[in-house]
Amino acid sequence: MYRYDEFDDALVRDRVQRFRGQVERRISGALTEDEFKPLRLQNGLYLQLHAYMLRVAIPYGTLNSRQMRQLAMIAERWDRGYGHFTTRQNIQFNWPKLTDTAAILDALADVGMHAIQTSGNCIRNVTADHFAGAAADEIEDPRPTAELLRQWSTDHPEFAFLPRKFKIAVTGSPNDRAVTKAHDIGLRMIRNEAEEPGYEVIVGGGLGRTPMVGKVVRAFLPKSDLLAYVEAILRVYNLEGRRDNKYKARIKILLHETGLEQFSAAVEREFDDLKAVQGGPSVAVDPQELARIEAYFSAPAFEVLDEADETFETALAADGTFRAWSKQNLAEHRQPGYAIATISLKAIGEVPGDATADQMRLIADISEQFGHDELRISHEQNIVLPHVRKRDLPAVFALLQTAGLATANLGLISDIIACPGMDYCALATARSIPIAQDIARHFADPTYAQTIGEMKIKISGCINACGHHHVAHIGILGLDRRGVENYQITLGGDHTETLAIGERAGPGFGAEEVVPAIQRLIDAYLTLRNGPKETFLMVYRRIGAEPFKKALYPDSGSTAPNPPAPSSDVISFSGTAG
Amino acid sequence: MSNIFKPKIVSANDLFDGDVVYMDGDGNWSRQIAEAAMASAPNAAEALLARADQPAKVVGPYLLDVTVDDNGIQPEHFRERFRETGSTLNAKFARLNRSSPLEESAVTQGNR
Ligand code: SF4
Repeated sequence: MYRYDEFDDALVRDRVQRFRGQVERRISGALTEDEFKPLRLQNGLYLQLHAYMLRVAIPYGTLNSRQMRQLAMIAERWDRGYGHFTTRQNIQFNWPKLTDTAAILDALADVGMHAIQTSGNCIRNVTADHFAGAAADEIEDPRPTAELLRQWSTDHPEFAFLPRKFKIAVTGSPNDRAVTKAHDIGLRMIRNEAEEPGYEVIVGGGLGRTPMVGKVVRAFLPKSDLLAYVEAILRVYNLEGRRDNKYKARIKILLHETGLEQFSAAVEREFDDLKAVQGGPSVAVDPQELARIEAYFSAPAFEVLDEADETFETALAADGTFRAWSKQNLAEHRQPGYAIATISLKAIGEVPGDATADQMRLIADISEQFGHDELRISHEQNIVLPHVRKRDLPAVFALLQTAGLATANLGLISDIIACPGMDYCALATARSIPIAQDIARHFADPTYAQTIGEMKIKISGCINACGHHHVAHIGILGLDRRGVENYQITLGGDHTETLAIGERAGPGFGAEEVVPAIQRLIDAYLTLRNGPKETFLMVYRRIGAEPFKKALYPDSGSTAPNPPAPSSDVISFSGTAG
Repeated sequence: MSNIFKPKIVSANDLFDGDVVYMDGDGNWSRQIAEAAMASAPNAAEALLARADQPAKVVGPYLLDVTVDDNGIQPEHFRERFRETGSTLNAKFARLNRSSPLEESAVTQGNR
């Protein structure tokens, strides 16, 4: 794992010190709120409905046990004993006091963490595949690339005031777990025909008000050209991106309005200029620096083991709950005898993504004892133990059971993404968490959930789409319809390498009508599928939306008409789930 | 469209802990909506808002529509009702310094 060097540490400490002074000046009246607000946002501090919220960056979702324990300590000492893991692989504390925030940032700096660039129109925390360095299908570990981008983008003076926020995601696997096609820049690590390593560069994806699937701007970019090319994209965006209308300010709109060909040509021109004029170390990837970074991410000292393990097999045969958890929550590791274990933060009826301080500490202990001291936060709001010996899994499972962390629902209907919504977020038009809780409770029966099989439900509390509802098999968007919470359903979205934006099904539902509506969709799916291997998404792709719309709106005779665009008059501009 | 004036109160977030506060008749800030000063006419509302400009104590004061019934002052919009009761998720998220119990959420009351 990457460790901060003196430069990183000095930078973070300096920022904390400056922020401490800024808070003092806000309190003394030397700074107005208008002056203070951009400063606090630059340090991750938002003001929500009921309290401040501090968003802490977890670079590419990777952390160690010491960092996790520190998060637990912060939750207990300065918050209300829990934290919320987000779809951007970050953690948010929902109740810090203004006067405590500098102390919290200091405590974060003690373990090489911070809240820099978790807000504002800058390059945000870079995200990556949460199975990085462990997945059996991985071509190359994306974390060194993500770390290189973190270093390059941190406090980058040219890109501190972009037209809008800017999000980069990296995957090193053909199976895209980092949603690269829904980011401003998505990088897929690939090999060309000569087996040389490089990237497929995808630009202009995004969710929110105008969801768009990213487009391939460069089919193969040699690894050494990464920073120059990304810098070229950012330069084109910084100059040409719209600043007159914040709803049209993301790079996806620029690319859409310019056209792929013209946009790519502009990037290539800028790239050539950068290489010709400043081809020095300022933008070229320094091989020595890259090697230094890569060394931090070298694989742990894995034991040479057989793929099958007797302790594991015996436990599987003896214990049905362990069997169910293993079937659902384990993924294939590249090293024989090891597995990737995902800890579900979606216990039935709990808040998706929340973990208490006790749970965080237990997870830290487990990772230290059984998991090479590594943890990952997934964009689906779960926690991953990337390297666990199969032999140790029964012991890990037993520990998780003691803390309500052994729910065997990964990828099933109750493994729901939900943004904070109107229980926290000042931009929300409706609540999202209670909807997720009700759906999870309704489908709590594990046998029934298994029968339904893979199902991605994602819920956002406003059009900003922090809950990724556009790319859900069943997406739910909470809106305010004339002073009442109303939920719009989308169908057929997909967050993987075959990314697709879900189609709006029809008129929205009242809060209490959502669970019955989901039940009707599930009933229709179970009737329509050609056997249990055909997932909801496969059926949707085979037969289209119509049969599902009929199920959703049984009283409408034929298909429900497409409703007019939402008339919600609550206009929001900056998500707070991530 | 009716032009009937809806009664208004001023709310904001406390500068120090961000909690929801309401301005009372003395220009002080209370965590209890029952103590909020209410304006029944446009000029009174404007005067309330002008008085609420107290950056040393609060952030973002604004006017919100309320009704008054037997239970006292009630915010009109559900967003303001959630601000008043606190996060609807669990008693542990209820607003501090409040004595009244949390309403159970409409959603969680249904469908179970
Ligand atoms: S801004 Fe994001 S977190 Fe807030 S309600 Fe909207 S989608 Fe949810």
